[in-house]
Amino acid sequence: MATDISQPRTRAPRPSIGVVEWLRQNLFSNWWNSLISIVLLIIISQVLWGLFRWIIGSEGWIAVASNVRLILLGRYPSAEVWRPQLIVAMASLLLGLSGGIWRGIPLSLAAGFSGIMLLLGFVSFAMPASETPLPISTTLFLFGTAALGAAGIAAAWRLRDMLRWPVVAGWLLLYPVAILILHGSGGDTTIGTNLWGGLLLTLLLSVSGIVLSFPLGILLALGRRSKLPVIKWFCVGYIELIRGVPLVTLLFMASLMLPLFLPAEVRIDAVVRAIVAVTLFSAAYLAENVRGGLQSLPRGQTEAAQALGLNPVQITLLITLPQALRAVLPVLVGQFIALFKDTSLVVIIGLTDLLGAAQAIYTQPQWLGIPGGVWRETFFVVAGIYWVFTFTMSRTARKIESNLNVGR
Amino acid sequence: MSNQTTDDIIVCEGVNKWFGEFQALKDVSIRVKKGEVVVICGPSGSGKSTFIRTINRLEEHQEGRIFVDGIEMTNDIRNIDMIRREVGMVFQQFNLFPHLTVLQNVTLAPLWVRKKTRKESEAKAMELLNRVGIVEQALKYPGQLSGGQQQRVAIARALAMEPRIMLFDEPTSALDPEMVKEVLDVMKTLARGGITMLCVTHEMGFAREVADRVVFMDHGMIVEENTPDTFFTNPRHERTKLFLSQIL
Ligand SMILES: Nc1ncnc2c1ncn2[C@@H]1O[C@H](COP(=O)(O)OP(=O)(O)OP(=O)(O)O)[C@@H](O)[C@H]1O
Ligand SMILES: [Mg+2]
Repeated sequence: MATDISQPRTRAPRPSIGVVEWLRQNLFSNWWNSLISIVLLIIISQVLWGLFRWIIGSEGWIAVASNVRLILLGRYPSAEVWRPQLIVAMASLLLGLSGGIWRGIPLSLAAGFSGIMLLLGFVSFAMPASETPLPISTTLFLFGTAALGAAGIAAAWRLRDMLRWPVVAGWLLLYPVAILILHGSGGDTTIGTNLWGGLLLTLLLSVSGIVLSFPLGILLALGRRSKLPVIKWFCVGYIELIRGVPLVTLLFMASLMLPLFLPAEVRIDAVVRAIVAVTLFSAAYLAENVRGGLQSLPRGQTEAAQALGLNPVQITLLITLPQALRAVLPVLVGQFIALFKDTSLVVIIGLTDLLGAAQAIYTQPQWLGIPGGVWRETFFVVAGIYWVFTFTMSRTARKIESNLNVGR
Repeated sequence: MSNQTTDDIIVCEGVNKWFGEFQALKDVSIRVKKGEVVVICGPSGSGKSTFIRTINRLEEHQEGRIFVDGIEMTNDIRNIDMIRREVGMVFQQFNLFPHLTVLQNVTLAPLWVRKKTRKESEAKAMELLNRVGIVEQALKYPGQLSGGQQQRVAIARALAMEPRIMLFDEPTSALDPEMVKEVLDVMKTLARGGITMLCVTHEMGFAREVADRVVFMDHGMIVEENTPDTFFTNPRHERTKLFLSQIL
């Protein structure tokens, strides 16, 4: 819906008060509040001071710094690092273009992404060069990506109407193209998925899970409401079966049992099996959430559409589904955030995702000399990476939500 | 259909309808002529909504026959579709699509059901919105309009399909009193414009002014029908008298 409703946003004027007054009102309004405030301030400052001393003083960071590639890409060969770099650059350009076209949320995402890339560029610039020279210097790549994002914004700002459909097509193509690029063209240049790891694998698993489970879950939700008993009971059976078991079981089944059922010559890639398990799992939950959204709609919506002569398919696609998806958007984002974090379970079936990379790092023999090991530093960084992604997702969702609430 | 004169656009013969054990319509028969405006009234739960909803198959009847513009209402989807193209409906709760703008609400069916071009449907929609007096709100969402405005959009949305028959189910009951008039005015213009109207309402002023006939229902039956004049001044049945004494 491209119509934007520009309304003057008048806010009640907020009385400006000084810092001291603010402190008095909010933290020290009476003796009891003051006591709590003081105790909390002491605790917080203790924690922060401890954190600060640890961050400054620890030798463990060297383990993280010398394993950046393992964290981001797993054992992806260093000569081929340009492939993921190319994809990130493409994504940055698309994000920039989207920001220029649709403004609002895409724009802040694009700006945020380019900003982070720029920041990382400076960090990388200041750091000593890595021991194995990469085809393209990391610093150059980071600055280049930031620049592409900015260029995208600028270009689309001008050519808004012309770029709209190409950009949509670009996003749709990004996923398959990314897989092709990452995997290589076959023969010698093939990079087997057994080498994919770290953040790359985590993103691959969760993006695949989200992208693939979305249509599947919607179909299951619609199927569960179908009047045809065969379809209905199949969907009910599927949903209840999957929701009744933990994801770990599905991952084990996919990795250990699937090969038993298939003929010996059919070997399915371990990553593909993990993607299948994650998708099947996520789809069942998504189906239930979407069904909840469909049920929350007043019956009058369908009746009005029927009275207008729309057929059942049109009613679903134009009336009920869009409304249901909007209604459950916050729940879906919550589900996808959970999925993003749940992909860390693939460690159990021997894949080295972000969490797996952390484990691989702190068990490296060269850090044995460091007192206390390096696991704190490693997990701190990895948790930080998880947090950046999930925080971005939930913030974006909240903004979308408040945008959708316009006119209700 | 031997016994249908060409003038009758709606014919119901002995319509019976059950919800489980409960019989909501009992032997309902009525003929409505082209261009006629029929007001249906009766106490709550008497089956008024159920009755007009059988005419576009929002409710399925179990016995009796219903013909709309010569098409018999059967289980055949094609018949149902044909009839729904002839019949527009306006609901008590408006039932606008909240995720679409006013303009999109009105153009939806012409685009997807009549397969008109966007340009055509939008031109027609703007004309209709102009007619119901809310053309300035075309790009707003239903949630941004008042109840009276929403109901007028709902009328425009139904008219966009160029129906020959309009069904109204208590179109003003959910409105604040000061908005009732703006909706009734639109309906009156429509009634005088010659479209066939079946209208469940307790707005007796409206009935007096534009109805050709008033039908009184109770306990799923048509108890009495007459011209507004006779109906209000000289009701025949005790139930009708009681009902009129309660609402007038
Ligand atoms: N879907 C349904 N299932 C079961 N019973 C129903 C259903 N819809 C209506 N009824 C019953 O059928 C009877 C007639 O209902 P209907 O809605 O047609 O009444 P009405 O005359 O429109 O009343 P009101 O003035 O309150 O709108 C009522 O007793 C109602 O409880
Ligand atoms: Mg009713």
